[in-house]
Amino acid sequence: MLFVEKYKMEKADHLKLYKQMVLIRRLEEKSAELYQQGKIGGFLHLYIGQEAVGVGAVAAMKPQDHIITAYRDHGIAIAVGMDAGVMMAELLGKQTGCSKGKGGSMHLADVSKHFWGGHAIVGAHLPLAAGLALSFQYNHADSVIICMMGDGATNIGYFHESLNLSKVWKLPVVWMVENNQYGMGTAIERASAVSEIRQKAEGYQIPNARVDGMNVLAMKEAVGKALEHARCGEGPYFLEAITYRYRGHSMGDPERYRKPDEIKKWQEDDPIGQYNEHLAKNKIAADSELDAIESEVEAEADAAVKFAEESPNPSPEALWEHVYVSG
Amino acid sequence: MPQLTYREAISQALWEEMEANPKIFLMGEEIGMWGGTYAVTRGFYDHFGPERVKDTPIAEMVIAGAAIGAAMGGARPVAEIMTINFAFVAFDMIVNHAAKLHYMFGGQMKVPVVIRAPGGGGRQLGATHSQTPDVIFAHFPGLYVLAPGTPRDAKGMLKAALRQDNPVLFIEHATLYQARGEVPAGDYTVPLGKSEVKRPGKDVTIVTYSKMLQISMEAASQLAAEGIEAEVIDLRSLRPLDLDPVFESFKKTNRAVIVEEGWKSFGVGAEVAARTYEECFDYLDAPIKRVAQIEVPLPYNRELEQSALPKAADVIRAVKEVV
Ligand SMILES: Cc1ncc(C[n+]2csc(CCOP(=O)(O)OP(=O)(O)O)c2C)c(N)n1
Ligand SMILES: [Mg+2]
Repeated sequence: MLFVEKYKMEKADHLKLYKQMVLIRRLEEKSAELYQQGKIGGFLHLYIGQEAVGVGAVAAMKPQDHIITAYRDHGIAIAVGMDAGVMMAELLGKQTGCSKGKGGSMHLADVSKHFWGGHAIVGAHLPLAAGLALSFQYNHADSVIICMMGDGATNIGYFHESLNLSKVWKLPVVWMVENNQYGMGTAIERASAVSEIRQKAEGYQIPNARVDGMNVLAMKEAVGKALEHARCGEGPYFLEAITYRYRGHSMGDPERYRKPDEIKKWQEDDPIGQYNEHLAKNKIAADSELDAIESEVEAEADAAVKFAEESPNPSPEALWEHVYVSG
Repeated sequence: MPQLTYREAISQALWEEMEANPKIFLMGEEIGMWGGTYAVTRGFYDHFGPERVKDTPIAEMVIAGAAIGAAMGGARPVAEIMTINFAFVAFDMIVNHAAKLHYMFGGQMKVPVVIRAPGGGGRQLGATHSQTPDVIFAHFPGLYVLAPGTPRDAKGMLKAALRQDNPVLFIEHATLYQARGEVPAGDYTVPLGKSEVKRPGKDVTIVTYSKMLQISMEAASQLAAEGIEAEVIDLRSLRPLDLDPVFESFKKTNRAVIVEEGWKSFGVGAEVAARTYEECFDYLDAPIKRVAQIEVPLPYNRELEQSALPKAADVIRAVKEVV
């Protein structure tokens, strides 16, 4: 994978992105352990392998921009700056979690950071994204929303209604497919009429591009351009990030649909590994600095787990809170 | 007091609230240039313009969904679903999203959306276009499901809906649009989730709502001519469901008939009867009766269709079985 001069960034920005990716991965590993210990319930969908997509996309956002995603949402939560302890507390269903323990792994959100969730019905957050974009347009705000989705989500009706409306109304939205090659155990070509998902945007005359989702800098650049397109009143932009998830769809996936060799092949392009190499080779950061980040992350992840484990469960009264808006 | 039709009342509520609150906009199929399939929004497009009166593609999932999303983003959208039968296409948006986002994210998101949809049978539109599926939506905590039966309530409840922050499904009855009634002059609201005694009586409690209020009132006046004084209670809102006036009335009359346009199974009658049995068992003088639609997909033929829908005669018969 080639990195070229065009990615002009301050060293501190590089290290921030690098740290986020390492932190996401470490937290995911911790979550898997906690799941195995029975401390996390329900479904748990890990982001390992896809870190560059979310981190690169969020890095391109301006302060007024927004983001929404599906249930594979831990990486986005960390990328937008949610405290790792608060995220971990939500996975453990604690009162200190971002959704007060009522959402769980699939329903992380931090509206104050413009992160609108975490949505567990495949494709259902696409119309919500269109609507959020509509609210920006209606208020003449210069905000754009990035709507992340899986490749599988491009086969559901929501996808088509949302893309169509976004084009007809020129909504400020960036549709961002994380093509990780599978929807659960079904490979793209077994589920989608076109395997180059980008082509689906052509049907709605939405400008589009494919981007290397294992390369955080390429992601940042592509999303940055897409955001500016959408911000200028030109309507939506569509990106297809090519990526891969190393772990099963969720915990307890028997993985009968792929061979270990395939995972190994993608791991050669590991988003963290190649970024590390890039930073070292181009003398952007010394090995010692990168190692220091690893230990920082280790401590942060440990602290997050500790905070989550020590946090209280929601009170029994919380059961009745927020069914309706009071007042 | 001025007399208005149910259509005019709804139209006025929207118009006045839009004039008062720039956050409110309308979206839906044929609501703009066409003026609304039921003419509720006639004149709105010319007055408020295309920014605030948005014609949409035929895409109920994204009509409901984008309205919900815009509400999350701080606007106050009113989405019109052409008829409630098409809301099934948007079911996931309404019950899985509008109803749940506030709770599921620990109070971080609010969804102040109003989804308007006319429903009901009796217009020879065949089985897919004639349904009264109100209870299905009322099953879900987190939603308000409103179904006014008079012009006064329609206007006041819609105004109230547009001044609060919960998601509302506002079910209008397509055969009530021409119905006339007194509507207070000037600005007023009707509280949401409050039943109302529409006719006082002492012999039997009739519990109903929406179009069936009309049928029940007709039945009550015929019964009065025979010396039976029915108390008619209009639920107006299925969720929240306010049964206090029902219990109070039942403790006086000791008899009840519940009248709904939808099918009887798992319906409003089932719910109201069960709760009345639980709350008022000691006051029971007769089995609680239910009047509802015959359990078939509603047919096209006029006579067949009419024979399947509840009528005043059915209400009278049920009342006579319990008094
Ligand atoms: C409407 C709906 N149908 C089915 C499911 C079950 N389901 C959850 S994730 C998933 C696969 C989605 O794949 P993709 O969109 O590619 O996302 P990925 O998991 O690869 O990130 C399925 C079928 C669901 N949550 N919602
Ligand atoms: Mg996928």
